[in-house]
Order: sequence, then C-alpha cells, then structure tokens
Amino acid sequence: MAEEKFEPKITAFVCNWCTYTGADLAGTSRLKQQPNARLIRVPCTGRIDPVFILKAFESGADGVLISGCHPNDCHYNTGNFHARRRWIFFKDLLDFVGIDESRLHFSWVSASEGKKWVDVINGVINKVREQGPFINYKKTNPLEVTKVDFEKGEVA
Amino acid sequence: MKIGVFICYCGENIGRTVDCAAVAKAAAKFPGVVHSEDYKYMCSDPGQNLIKQAIREKGLDAVVVGSCSPHMHEKTFRKACQSAGVNPYLVEIANLREHCSWIHDDIPSGTRKSIDLIRIAVEKVRRNAPLVPIQVPVTKRALVIGGGISGIQAALDIANSGFEVVLVEKEPSIGGHMSQLSETFPTLDCSQCILTPRMVEVYQHPKIKLMSYSEVQSLEGFIGNFKVTIRKKARYVKDEVCTGCGLCVQKCPIKKLAYSEFEEGLATRPAVYVPFPQAVPNIPVIDKNVCTYFKSGKCQMCKKVCGREAIDFEQQDQLIQEEVGAIIVATGYKLYSIGKQEEGSPYKGYGEYGYGQYKDVINGLQFERIASASGPTSGEILRPSDNKEPKKIVFIQCVGSRDESKGFSYCSKICCMYTAKHAMLYKHKVHDGEAYVFYMDIRAGGKMYEEFVRRAIEEDGVKYIRGRVSRIFKDGDKYKVKGEDTISGMPVEIDADMVVLATAMIAQQEAPKLAQTLGIPYDKHGFLVEVHPKLRPVETSTGGIFLAGACHSPRDIPESVSMASAAAAKALVLFGSDMLEREPIIAKVNDSTCAGCFYCQKVCAYSAIERKEIRDRKGNLIKTVAYVNSGLCQGCGTCNATCPSKSVELIGFTDEQIFAEIKAFSMN
Amino acid sequence: MNFGYYPGCSLSGTGREFDKSLKEVLKVLDVKLDEVKDWSCCGASSAHVTSHFLSVALPARNLILAKEQNLENVVAPCAACYNRLLGAQEEMNSNPILKEKVESAIEKKYTNHLNILNLVDLFNNIGLDKVKEKVKHPLKNINAACYYGCLLVRPSSLTKFDDAEQPEEMEKIITTLGGKAVEWNYKVECCGAAHSIAHTEIVKNLSKKILDDAIKNNADVIVVACPMCHSNLDMRQKNIVKENKDFKEIPVLYLTELMGLAFGIDEKKLGLDLHFIDAMKLSKKLEEAAV
Repeated sequence: MAEEKFEPKITAFVCNWCTYTGADLAGTSRLKQQPNARLIRVPCTGRIDPVFILKAFESGADGVLISGCHPNDCHYNTGNFHARRRWIFFKDLLDFVGIDESRLHFSWVSASEGKKWVDVINGVINKVREQGPFINYKKTNPLEVTKVDFEKGEVA
Repeated sequence: MKIGVFICYCGENIGRTVDCAAVAKAAAKFPGVVHSEDYKYMCSDPGQNLIKQAIREKGLDAVVVGSCSPHMHEKTFRKACQSAGVNPYLVEIANLREHCSWIHDDIPSGTRKSIDLIRIAVEKVRRNAPLVPIQVPVTKRALVIGGGISGIQAALDIANSGFEVVLVEKEPSIGGHMSQLSETFPTLDCSQCILTPRMVEVYQHPKIKLMSYSEVQSLEGFIGNFKVTIRKKARYVKDEVCTGCGLCVQKCPIKKLAYSEFEEGLATRPAVYVPFPQAVPNIPVIDKNVCTYFKSGKCQMCKKVCGREAIDFEQQDQLIQEEVGAIIVATGYKLYSIGKQEEGSPYKGYGEYGYGQYKDVINGLQFERIASASGPTSGEILRPSDNKEPKKIVFIQCVGSRDESKGFSYCSKICCMYTAKHAMLYKHKVHDGEAYVFYMDIRAGGKMYEEFVRRAIEEDGVKYIRGRVSRIFKDGDKYKVKGEDTISGMPVEIDADMVVLATAMIAQQEAPKLAQTLGIPYDKHGFLVEVHPKLRPVETSTGGIFLAGACHSPRDIPESVSMASAAAAKALVLFGSDMLEREPIIAKVNDSTCAGCFYCQKVCAYSAIERKEIRDRKGNLIKTVAYVNSGLCQGCGTCNATCPSKSVELIGFTDEQIFAEIKAFSMN
Repeated sequence: MNFGYYPGCSLSGTGREFDKSLKEVLKVLDVKLDEVKDWSCCGASSAHVTSHFLSVALPARNLILAKEQNLENVVAPCAACYNRLLGAQEEMNSNPILKEKVESAIEKKYTNHLNILNLVDLFNNIGLDKVKEKVKHPLKNINAACYYGCLLVRPSSLTKFDDAEQPEEMEKIITTLGGKAVEWNYKVECCGAAHSIAHTEIVKNLSKKILDDAIKNNADVIVVACPMCHSNLDMRQKNIVKENKDFKEIPVLYLTELMGLAFGIDEKKLGLDLHFIDAMKLSKKLEEAAV
C-alpha cells in the first residue's frame, strides 16, 4: 500500500456557537468538502488549551485548525480574545518544540459563514496535503546553549 | 460503563452517503459499547422507543446517537434517554448529517468518517459524568435604575404584579425628560398631565421603594440573587420629616446663583430647591455649591424657617444594600451639546452654529420649556436674549446625528417628530410668525406620525426646506441662517429671530461606567447593548439584567413605554418560579491543587471566580483558593485553558474528555 | 532659527508685498529662510479641477526637491500652496499607485514626510513671546478682522490647523501685537477665489459680503494670510464703490505687513504702497496713536 496517495488528517477545534454552527450551515447548504477533517466541539476558543494542539499532533494529526467567533462576536464576550492572545505566544513555542508552525491554522468563521468554512477547511486540507504527512519533528534552531554531556553527567 | 450506539439514516439524508449498517457494526466493537443498531428515523417516536427499549433491556448507562447536528436534536435524545433512566449528560451526539453525509460524495469516505465520529463520541461519553442541572433560588424583588417614563412604567408593571420594586433615581425627583416636555406628538396631549399621575402612583405604591437622589454604587451576585449597593446622596433635608411645604425654598436668599437644570438653563433657582412644582418626592435638596452656609458658614435661613426641623447640614451620603433578583436599566439619554469639544470628549460640537454662544440658538429641550405652560415664559414663545416674540423661526434637524464628522453616524429617530411638533406649537401660538424647517429626510415612521408631519406642513404652513444649514451668522439682533435648498438647488438665506436645533439624543455620560458596574456591554456611543437585536431585544448578556428606554438607543415615549413593559415582563418571567434551572456545564476548582494564582479570575468575563479561604480545624488560614460561583459561570472554559496547574476544570469538557476525543481520531 | 521656504507663484508676482513683508519681519525675528531651489508652481487652484494627477504631481515635485535639500520643514505662506502641498503629501503617502505614476513622471523618488507650515504655524513655531519682544509700536486703536478664508483651515482632516469653523490662532497674533481682534462672522467664508478671472461678478458679491461684515463690526483693517484672498478683497473694492455709493473702503493687509508696522519697519519696505486700497493711512493712524 506504499503507493497509496497521502491523505492528511486534520483535527479542528471549533467553538460551539460560531464555527460549529457555521459548519452546520455548510452542511445544510450541501456545500461539498473534503473528508479529511474531524471536528472537536468546545464551548469557546477560550477553552482550547495549547496542549490540545500538541496532543493532536502527537496523536497523528497532520494539521490542526482552530476556529471560533469573530473578534467582538464571542458568545462569551472575550473568550476568543484570550484565545487569540494565547496563539500569538504559542506559535513561537510550537516552533521551539519542533513542530512546523505552518501546520497550525487559525480562522474566524461565524455561524452565517458556511461558504467561508468550506474555503477554510479545504484550504487547510490542501495546504497540509502539499506539506505531506507530519512524521518527524523538525530540527529546531540550536541556540547557544551550554552543552551537557549526559553520559558523563558533567557540565562541559 | 455500558454504552449503546444508535445510527440514524435520516431517511436518505445520511443513508445516501454513509453505510449506516457498517457504521453500527464497527461501533459495536468499540470499547464499552454493548449495543449498536441503526434505524431509519431515530428522532421519530419509534426511533426514540428503540433507544428507550435498549436502555431498559441492556441496562445501558450511556448513549451515543449518530444523527444530525446536536443543535438540532441533542435535547430530544437527552429527554428520551432521561425518561428511560439515563442521565441526560451521558448522551453524546455524533454529527453524521451536517458534518458528514451532506458534505461528502462517496460512501467509502463518508462511512470511514462516520466511524471516526462515532469513535470520538464514544471515547468522550466514556468519560462523561452524570450531571444534574443547577438549581438557584430567586429573590422575587426587582431593582429599576432610572425614574424616567421607562423606569416608572417598568416599576409599576412589576409592582402591580405583586412584587417589590426598588426604584433608584439620581436626580432629586423622578419624571425624567418627559416631565420637561410641553406637549407630546402625535396627539399634542400635555406631557405633565399624563405623566404626573404615574409619578404619584409610584410614590404611593405600597410595593415600590422610591430612592431619589441616589445612585447605584456597586453590584454583586448573579441572576435571581443580586446584591446592590446604592448611594443615597445627602440632600441636607431629612426626607422622613420634611412635609414639602416649600417655605425653605421661598425664603432662601440665594435666588440667582444657579441655573435650573429642569428649565435647561433658561431660569435660575434657589440654593435649596425642588426641581419643579410637581416633583416626586416633593422634598427639596440643598445645592452645596451655591448655598451660603456651605460656603461661608452663615445664613441658615432655611433651617430657621423650617417648622419641622428637617434641615440637616451635617447629613452624609448613605450606602444602602438591597437584595434583588432582577435589574432593569432605564437610565435614559442626554441631549447633544453643540458647545466646543471638551477635553477627552469625542464630540466636536458645531462651530458653524456658534458653539452655543448665540443666546437665541437653542436646543430642543429648551424649546420644550419655552413652549411649556409651566416654563420660564409661561408658555409664551419668547426668545431668551430679549424676551421678544420671534417672528421668524428656523428649525434645523439632524444636529449631532447622522453626521459622521461630528462622531455620530446614527439617526436620533425622534427629532423629525419633535421638530414638526415644535413648528406646529410655534404656529399655534404665533399666528403671524413664519416657521422654517431644514431637514435631510423626514423620518416619520409610526402610528399617525406621517399624518402629523403633513398636518404641520399643510394645515399650519410650516415651510420645510430639504437641505443642511451651513452656517448661522449673528447679524445685529437677527440670526442669518445660510443653507441650501437641495430641491431647487439654490442657496437659502433666512434672517431668523430664533433658531431651534434638533439636537440628537446621545447616551448618558455615566452610562459606560454604570455598564461596567453592572457587567453589561455598551456600544461605541455609550448606548447599552441587548443580547440579540431581534429576538431578545430587552435582555442583556448578563442574565437577570434587562434594558428599557433610551439607554438602549434613541426612542420616543411610546417605544420606551413598550420596551419598559417588555423588560418588566422578562423580570416577571424570572419571578414566576422559585428556582432557576441552569446547565451544569460550568467550571469547578480542585481545592487541593489550586495554588491561588487567580489567573482564572483575570480571564473570567463574568466575574464568576471568587476567593475561598481554606482553614484547618482550628481556624488557621491554610491557603486561599479560587472558587467558581455557579450562578455566574457561563461555561466558556477560558479559565480551564488558562490555569497553570489545571486545577480548574470545565465540567462536560474536561481535559480528559477532550484528550480522549483527540486520540480517538488516530485510532483508525 | 531656519525654515525651508516655498514662496509659490503669487508671492513672486501679485503678492510681492507678502514676500517682502515676510522677509522683513523674519529679519527682525532673526529667522532665516532656505528657499526650495528650482521650485515650480504647485498647480494651485487650476490643476486640481482639471487633472487629479497634475494636482498631485506638481506639488509633489516641490516636496521631493525640499527633501533633497535636506529641509525638515517648509513654510508655504500662500494658503493655496500650503493646502496643495499638504494634499499632495497625503496622496503620496496613502496612494501607492499614484505615487509610482508621479515618480515616473518627475523622474525622482518620493521619500518621506515633510513638515509643512502655513504662515500662522510659522509664527507659532517661532514663538509668540519672541514676536511680542520685537513689538515697538503696539497696534493700539487698531481693530483687525482676521480673515482665514477657505484653504488655511479646510479640509480640517487635512490641515489639522485650528478650528475650521471658529478659528482664533490669527487673533492671538493680533493681540500679541497689541491690536484688537474684532468678533465677526465671515472669518472662513469664501471670497470667490479662483473665479476671480472667469466670474468676476461672483467674486465681487462674495467679497462684498465679507467686507460689509468686517466694516459692520467696526474693523479698521482686514488681515489675511493668502494672496488670492488678498487680491480679491483688495482689488474688488473700487468696483464695489462704483455700484454702492455708501460703501466705505477698508484696507486689507497681510498679517506680515501688520506685524511689520508693529515692529516699526518702514511701510514701503513692507510693500504697503502696492495696495489698491490705501494702506498707508493705517500706518498714519498708528503713528497718531503713538504720539
């Protein structure tokens, strides 16, 4: 089966009120999408712990999408602002961990944006398909750090 | 845990692109699943019975339904399962229709995805806990903030239903702007004549506790259980002994130092005053800023003449706590000022209309006072500068509204009507006078509104000119009004004796501060915001707090009154039951691991995180931890994601549950 | 103190006395002007009604020249030049497509932001206390009507100068010079400006209204900061008198001329002899007051 075409797995964390409902609308409108994404419904993007993203990559996802209400439209007033702030910091950390940050996607999709949801999810799937499977952690930029020779148990 | 999986075909809707039987077969092998079947219509009566039957026969304690979106039928299935003895929160829905069958074409990928979705739901439900809706008691008592017509109406509606109301008004008297009006459109009935009986009714109502000259200081609690602190400002007159005889007001020697707020600066008032004769309560207030006693320690004339010894110069502000279950905000509006832009204010004022420096260029409320029989001119139309009757009067509409350059994009809504009314009142009183109205559009939507405007034009001969006024020049004792008639395309110049500006309704300056105190949203103009513009127009995003009247947006009296009644009805719905039931999806703190950093408190949009002290048996403080107020928590889970030690968890969406969902995807 | 200087066409032509008086006054204030070398017309009133491209390209060329000369600020005493330079700068900064077009036409690269000052800005930058120090003959008995016209204050989003409807910066300068600024209505009304040649009747009517209101409010002199306004208000009066026997002439002076008088500079050096309406009698009035 080595010749089988690579089909990426996308884990999408979406908020219950905007994006999940937006995806529902895409469904009701019969807007076709590629079948590579699995949605995990959370109440709010504010609920999404950065660890979820790591866990998703660790569990075999090739790409992760996070999507919630547009800024100022959060059902819980400010949850998406907290989320947005979190990602600004988290992107760098992801890179540091060795996961290519371009595999992580964010978007705002409202409950009325069925079409946008289709564009977003297809876009993510296509991009990740191009990137290929997430198999290896990438090499991080080695910083000037003190090297520890663990075998000897001493600091060089 | 025994889990049952039920796959719905939804007729052809799911069945067309998903091999439902195969999905059910695959699901049967998932850990914990003891029963799996498929059926044509799961949501139908026979479908639901199928589930109930399986629950009873197989002793299921959790259920996964593969069907349409949870937004569609989650409630249905939860109810069905509950009736068969399964906790409704041990029911999960896998969205096989909107998120799968409807959006994919081929059966293999549709089926594969459906199996994934079921697996994810099964893995989640395995970690679900049985939950019980939260019961919160309701204090059946309402607070109404603002004693204008909206507040009065809301208070009366609630009180007449038999519930207590605390009515807080920041001014010395209730009545609001409506008490200042002369006559009201479109019927021209006298404003005070219809309002005053209402004010008296409020005062005499056994269920209404009226707190005038008071302001809301702080708010704690949540829907059904609010604790409000109200600052009762010092009047320097004891309201419990004052009889309202008015002798102090008559004898006060300081008559000219302060402009009357009620008369919109067109008259003066004494240092000890009642805003207007029909004030409720009819108890005077001493204006500390002009009173001779407060300035120099002398005079005390009011104290000498008061037979009841009601004057108390030593009186202090009092803080009073009230417990209520619902709050209605009816704080009203203020009028746009054309004066020069103040420091820190976003509003620019109208230099082209003289920045308020011309005495006979007045605003709408000032004209109301001039036209009012109880006003400074006893209802004669006389201009403020020299008390002469203006023979030519110009009304300018849209001053401070529909004008982006002044910072206001919105339509103030009532000005078209009140200008037509003003012009009409003027023509009724000055028969040989000429009235001109400069307008952009006439917006007279409302019962008998358009007819009213037509009457002003056709019967009373008010001349309407479609165009803006570019400038007002002072020309001797006249005012040269320069504008454009956009219909004829010609410039217009009118030598007016008086100009009335239809200044817009804008939000009260303190509205944003009050909104912050109450924890409700406000827009960029300072108007308070409803939770849904169409379907929930009087509710705010904070449960138990409702809006009435012009604090929400510009609106006229009939609209304010209906909104007030709507808000009262919402409060009464709340009072209809003894207990409130809420979704149990809320955050919970693990006391033993919480380190008390309170990051959760910082990110909580609902102020639902409180501090809890943990003490040993002897009462020594061990540590302070976070505590979730279940009445306030709305279940967004932001605290959960923020907590560094993962000590706060969102029940129903715990880390464990979500991790299981994530992993379930990779199991295929 | 040094300022870049963009005189513009008017100041080297019909508004010569504006240029003369400005330089005289600045000499007293010890301020030097670096003229933009090889400057060209800004297009003023005609370019922007005929070609949007030219209305930006012409002033942009001068902005680029000023920048090449390492000037940080440029004084444009003519209100029209001031307005056009500001307008072009705004366009060049916000419209990259137009910018490219202009650059290829001029064959020069537009770089950066320049601080463009009008006449009143200039004195505010020098400092009114410094101006006050140099006053030898305070303008006692002089009632001045400060006239801003259109281009100094409008559009306010562009000029960000003073209050577009009720400006008072020029009045402050008059008070500094010891004069009295009268309250009047027509400070920012249009004089007819560019219709000066094609529609003289319009200009005459508009100018008359301005003059009438100044006279009605007891002004002895109208003070301007724009050569176009000046020529309209000054030149039209003779025609107005022909039709209105009662019309009393009123001298129209540049702000710099009046300042020069207060500084005690000879009126001919200030160009007061170049006016249509006798401005010399104003200086006589001043002398009388001094005695």
